This record gives sequence, C-alpha cells and structure tokens, in this order.
Amino acid sequence: MCLGVPGKVLAIDGMVATVDFFGVSRSVRLDVIDEPVTAGDYVLNHVGYAIRKIPAQEVDATLALYDELLREAEREDLMAADVRGEIGGDPTDKDG
Amino acid sequence: MAEPGDAKIALKHGAGGRAMRALIKDLFVDHFDGIGGPGIGLAAMDDGAAIPLGDQWLVVTTDSHVISPIFFPGGDIGRLAVSGTVNDLAMMGATEVLALTCSVIVEEGFSRADLERIRDSIHETCRTACARIVTGDTKVMGRGEIDGLVLNTTGIALASRVVPDSGLRPGDVVILSGTAGDHGMAVMARRHELALDHGLRSDVAPLNAMIRGVLAAAGDAVVAMKDPTRGGVASALCEMAQKAGVGITLDGPSVPIKAGIRAAAELLGIDPLIVANEGKALIGVRPESAARVLAALRGHPLGRDAAVIATCTSERPKQVILETGFGRRLLQEPEGEPLPRIC
Amino acid sequence: MAEGGSQERALEFRDPRKGRELVGLLTRLCAEIGRAPISVMHVCGSHEQAIARFGLRASFPEPLDVIMGPGCPVCVTDMPEVDEAVALALSGVRVATYGDMLRVPGTAKSLADAKAEGARVDVVYSVGQAVDLARRTNEEIVFFASGFETTAVATAAALLAGTPANFSVLAAHKYIPPVMEIVAEMPDTRIEGFLAAGHAAAITGWGVFEQFVERHQIPVVVAGFEPLDILAGLACLLELIRDRRPTVVNAFPRCVTREGNRRAQEALWRVFRPIGGRWRGIAHVPNGNLRLRDEWAHVDARRRFKIDLAGLWSYAPPRLTAECICGDIMAGLASPSDCPLFGGKCVPDKPVGACMVSSEGTCRIWHEYGGRPDLRV
Repeated sequence: MCLGVPGKVLAIDGMVATVDFFGVSRSVRLDVIDEPVTAGDYVLNHVGYAIRKIPAQEVDATLALYDELLREAEREDLMAADVRGEIGGDPTDKDG
Repeated sequence: MAEPGDAKIALKHGAGGRAMRALIKDLFVDHFDGIGGPGIGLAAMDDGAAIPLGDQWLVVTTDSHVISPIFFPGGDIGRLAVSGTVNDLAMMGATEVLALTCSVIVEEGFSRADLERIRDSIHETCRTACARIVTGDTKVMGRGEIDGLVLNTTGIALASRVVPDSGLRPGDVVILSGTAGDHGMAVMARRHELALDHGLRSDVAPLNAMIRGVLAAAGDAVVAMKDPTRGGVASALCEMAQKAGVGITLDGPSVPIKAGIRAAAELLGIDPLIVANEGKALIGVRPESAARVLAALRGHPLGRDAAVIATCTSERPKQVILETGFGRRLLQEPEGEPLPRIC
Repeated sequence: MAEGGSQERALEFRDPRKGRELVGLLTRLCAEIGRAPISVMHVCGSHEQAIARFGLRASFPEPLDVIMGPGCPVCVTDMPEVDEAVALALSGVRVATYGDMLRVPGTAKSLADAKAEGARVDVVYSVGQAVDLARRTNEEIVFFASGFETTAVATAAALLAGTPANFSVLAAHKYIPPVMEIVAEMPDTRIEGFLAAGHAAAITGWGVFEQFVERHQIPVVVAGFEPLDILAGLACLLELIRDRRPTVVNAFPRCVTREGNRRAQEALWRVFRPIGGRWRGIAHVPNGNLRLRDEWAHVDARRRFKIDLAGLWSYAPPRLTAECICGDIMAGLASPSDCPLFGGKCVPDKPVGACMVSSEGTCRIWHEYGGRPDLRV
C-alpha cells in the first residue's frame, strides 16, 4: 500500500491533483482534504487520497522542535554535570 | 541449503542469491569433475574460470541474457551481453579481451529491424571494449516457445594474475566504482511502465579499460573484485564475505547514489543496495593502497563517483553489517527480484 | 528544482548527526529514569519498518524496549474475515485486494491459494483501481477492504463519490484506538507509554488519545516516520515517563492537529460504523472493526452475496499453525526471535502466520532486515 508519502501539488483538475513525489508524478484525489489546495502546496498522500496539507513552515517547526529538545537536554545536563562534578564520576554516554 | 523438496525449478533459482547458488552446487557442481590442478573452476563459482596456460592464466566466462524489456533507457540487451562478459573477465583481472562468442536464440516473428539495432549495439560496445566477436550460433524457435530473444556471450582473455572474489582479509577496504542502483531501477521503471520524470538510465558499460588502470596503479594490493549485478551491492558483498570468511561493515551513507535513483527507490519502496548494476565494480584493496585505487578510478569517466564503502573485519565473519547512520543491522542476502511497491 | 526542494527537506529528517544527538538524549533519559526495562509500544507497521530499516534498535539504550504492538492491519485480520473473501473468490466472484492480503492464510486457504485454483483475484494499490476495474467490466467486483482507519477513509471517499452497480465492498477495516485500550489493560503488560502513528493521527487528530491517557495514566506521543521523528518522539515519551506526566504530546505538528481532518472523519463515519470483533491473536476488540452502515447495504458484499464458509471449514488447519505465536507477537508479549518457526519453517516464501506475510508484519520486517534488529556491537 502507498502509505503516507508527502508530495508537491503541480496542477489541479476538479477533484484530482497531479502531485510530484521526488520527481514522480501521480494522480491524487482531493475528496477528503480539509483545506483548499493550490499548485505549490505540499500534501500527505495515503492510498491515492490527499489527507492533509503540510504547511511549508511546519517542516522548519518540526526541525526546530528537535533542536529545542536537544538544547533543553543540554541545559539540564550542564546543571547535572555541576552536581556530578562535585560527587565525582563521568556522565559520558555509551555510544550507540 | 536448497530444500530437497524443490522438485520444480522456481524463479528464485535464477535470482542470483542463495537459492541460485545452492541449486548450482547441488545440481551441477557436485556432479561435474573439478578443475584438477591449479586454477579457478566451477566449484569456486567466481565471475569466471581461470586455467593455467604457460606462465599466464586463460580466463573464461559465459553469460546468458534474458532481460526484459530488450530496449531500456541507457542500453539494450546487446550492450548488456557484451558488457556483462567483458566485465566478468575484468573482475577476474583479465582486461585484454582475446575474443567473444555470441549465440542468438530468436523467437519467430521477432522484428529484423530490432535485431539490427541490437547488432549495432553489440558492435559499438565491442569497439569500446576492444573486443571482437569471433564465432557464434543462431537458432530460431517457434512463436511463444521463447520470450523474444536470448543472447549468450562467452569471453576469453589472458591474465598474468587472477583476482578472485574471495581474497578479502580483515583490514582491507572495499571500493565501489560509482553510483549504485542505476541499471536495476531504470529497467524496473521501464518494465512496470512507471513514468518517472527524472529519466533514469542504466549504467551498462564495459569496465575493462577502467580496471586496467586500477591494476596498473595498485597491482597486488587489489585482492578481490566482483561486479554487483543481480542482487546488487548487497548480494555481492554477502558473497565476498562468505567466500573470504571475513566480516564486512558497509557504511550506508558512503554509498554513492544518484538523487533521482534515491527518489525513485524511496517511492517504490526498493533498496538501491539490492538492485542490479551493470557498469560498476566492487574492488577489495589493502588499506594503504586505497587512495591510489580511488585516484585511478576517478581519473576514468566511468569511475568519477568512486568511493570507499566498506571495511573488512575479523568480527562476525561471513556477515555483512550495514551502518545506516542511525544504527546498524545485518544485511541479508536478497532473494528474488525486488518488486516495486507501486502507488 | 521542485524535486530538489522537497527532497532536501525530507533529507533533513535523516541527518545522522542529529540522530546521534537524539540517541544520546535517549540514553541520558533512561539513566534518569533509572530502571530497566522501560517498555514502550508503537502500533504502526510503518514505524516498525523505519526502525528496522535504519537499524534503530541497535542504537536504543539498553533499558529501552520498543515493542511493536498490533499495528499491522493485515496481520490482525481474523481468519473468518479472510475466509469470507476466499469463499467469495472460490464461488466465482472476482475479488480485488491490496497486495498484502493475497497470501494471508485463512482457516484453510489464502486468496493466493484460491487464485492458484482458478479463482479471479486482482491485486490493486488503491480502492480507485478496484472501482476502475468495475467500470471496465460487466462482472461483479468485490473490493476486500482491509487496512486501518486511514485507509478506510479512502474506501469511504470512493463510495461517497459514487461507484458502479457491479462494485461492492467486503469491509474488513480496523480501528486502532480501541486496541490500545486492550493492550493497556492486559495483565502481562508493562507498557509505560505509546508512540502513536502520525498518519492515522493526521486524520483522527491527537485529541482521540486524551481520554485514553486520562483513563490509563499512560503518556502518548504522536510521531512521524523519519528516523529523526521516531527518535525525537521516543525522547518526548521518555521525558513524560520520567516526569510522570500522563499526557498527549504531538511530535508531528507538520501533519497532525488536535482535531485532525474533520472532512475525512465525516466521510469515514458516514460510511462506516465501529463494531466489536475479533482481531487475529487479540480476541475481542470492542469497536475495533469497521463495517458498512445500513445506508450502504446496497454496496455491502456481505448482503449482496451469500458467502458459504462451511465448505472451507471442512479442511483441518495445517499443523504448523499451532506453533505460530503471531498472536503473542502482535500483542507485544513476544518477539519474532522467540518463535521456534521464525526464519526456519516460517519465512516470507513459505509463511505460516500473518506476521510473516504482510509487509507491515513484525516477523516479515525483522526477517527482511536481518532477523536480529537488536544488533549491538
């Protein structure tokens, strides 16, 4: 089954969009997408139907989320390192 | 490993993987006489055979080609038939082709114009490889008794040193001469009539000139060679690991792959590592000579994207571990033709 | 340049450096939680595929146990449901099915077996293809509708758009949220958190998990399918476990909102209703199966055709199935490597259980990617 692949809308004809997935064009139906879609939008496709429009800035938002996750962890860890430094011992992670 | 219950030959027996090798061993190798003396014979199941001839080796290889479709982006069955055999000779260390044979089995009704097109392809590829067809055979079978066209080519060459596919040792590195997955993805796209905007093209090409340069540059430091045809890089590395008894760690992110191939593979749910290549070589070399081999490859038009992709260890002998960049897993030897997940 | 753009963005979710950092974070979080094992479950074949393909289990810290639950819709389709499709096919009706279902064993046979015996079974990649098939021929076409709710949306949309008179649906869709309840309530379970499937949540919204979290006091994180998505999702989950915060976190904001896709939901519930039923290996799941509403009786294959199962059940099931532990595997109680048949008598070429047949089955995925995804060096 073709599961949840994101693609870029190239053209729209009624309920059918032509969507580009990494350079491959496919027809995707727009019957159940809940927002208006125009050429240039990114959509999530599932077994031939577009199920969600992906706002371009969301990609950045998600990546930022991961960075934030890591930064927060570092901050916490810096504090922990102070404490650990007093007690002694190495917080080095096992790699992989 | 072939199950005794296999009373009928199945498609998997031709797929280039374990099932095929088991069939060959059980059905043929174990029942034919061995090479009887020094040399590389049937039992080695290498890319070709090597027979001592004076102070040199006579290298022989044969291949039958049944590809469908006959014409594909980047080549055709003719170009494939010549390149495949020339490359098998080159993988044994024999880069000066003495002669090629060509047998043709044609289905009644096959287009003569197509046959001429294929002939021209054969001719052109021979010239590139500095090889000549010296003898052959022609048969015609009734409509429906065969699918279009089958070509068989046999090649002979002399070599002063034979390079087996079993020569890897712990510490050696493996270099891939260029991008992976080109041929298989192009053929699959055409076969399944997938309209792919990127224009995927087969990489089918004779490699003997490129390999000649490698052997001239690094000599005995080149210890093993194999071309990753059916079953792709994965299959070839698994075989090399098993025959040499070493462990191989394949660094996924280092494998050169064209953006268009990667994209098509993602979409079709196929791993470029298990897909056939017809213009690439895997070269096992002592680590201190790797740079020299890379330079020799990159200096040749067919080797521009050459890269070190794997290292050999004594741990987990006979197994190939794939480092994915996020973790690692065992690389299984693929069985059967990959089928696209077509959406 | 369009392709380059979308590809580059996609590749940012595969940055190994970020991956290593996230793995480091997982390790620290496990240390802070300070016990082992910490068991979390995901319920999506696509998550398992990504985990296996990228060898993530080899990177997970020792205490973290990521279990695949009943996330393969084909695998949990119970034998009688498969039997219905097989019986129809054997009675001469042409059946269209997703590829994965073709070789799933029913009580006696699979659709592939039926096909080998002369039945007409077509493999399609979308419900649209099955509808097109019906438009092109005069004969009856039954679409064997398998898959979870995300896939059910497509079936619903196709019916709502109108289908030819010779088209009908054998509904075998499944609905995931109820089975999470079952797993959370199983006595042997020690699941401390769930990773929810991003694409299903794109439709249902992450709001559907709020009641679950409230009832069971287990956190749920919605995650996407790239390696970074999964690692980050697990990091979020471990944080919630560490802080004892049973709540829902959306780690897939680019595709998922709290409400989800209302239009898709409306389509789904206009066509389907949830009923309780058996899932292969999990016994009864209340509201876990989707069936066509009465208004759609005219396209319901179960009402259009008389399906004779008695004929099939005179076959004794093959002996090997008794040794198959797919049920335990799907409930997350065992791994494929615990099964005596795995990799030996049960392989993709000759599968015994559904988990080895479907491309989203745990056993099939493990087998394809080396059989031992917990490879640690």
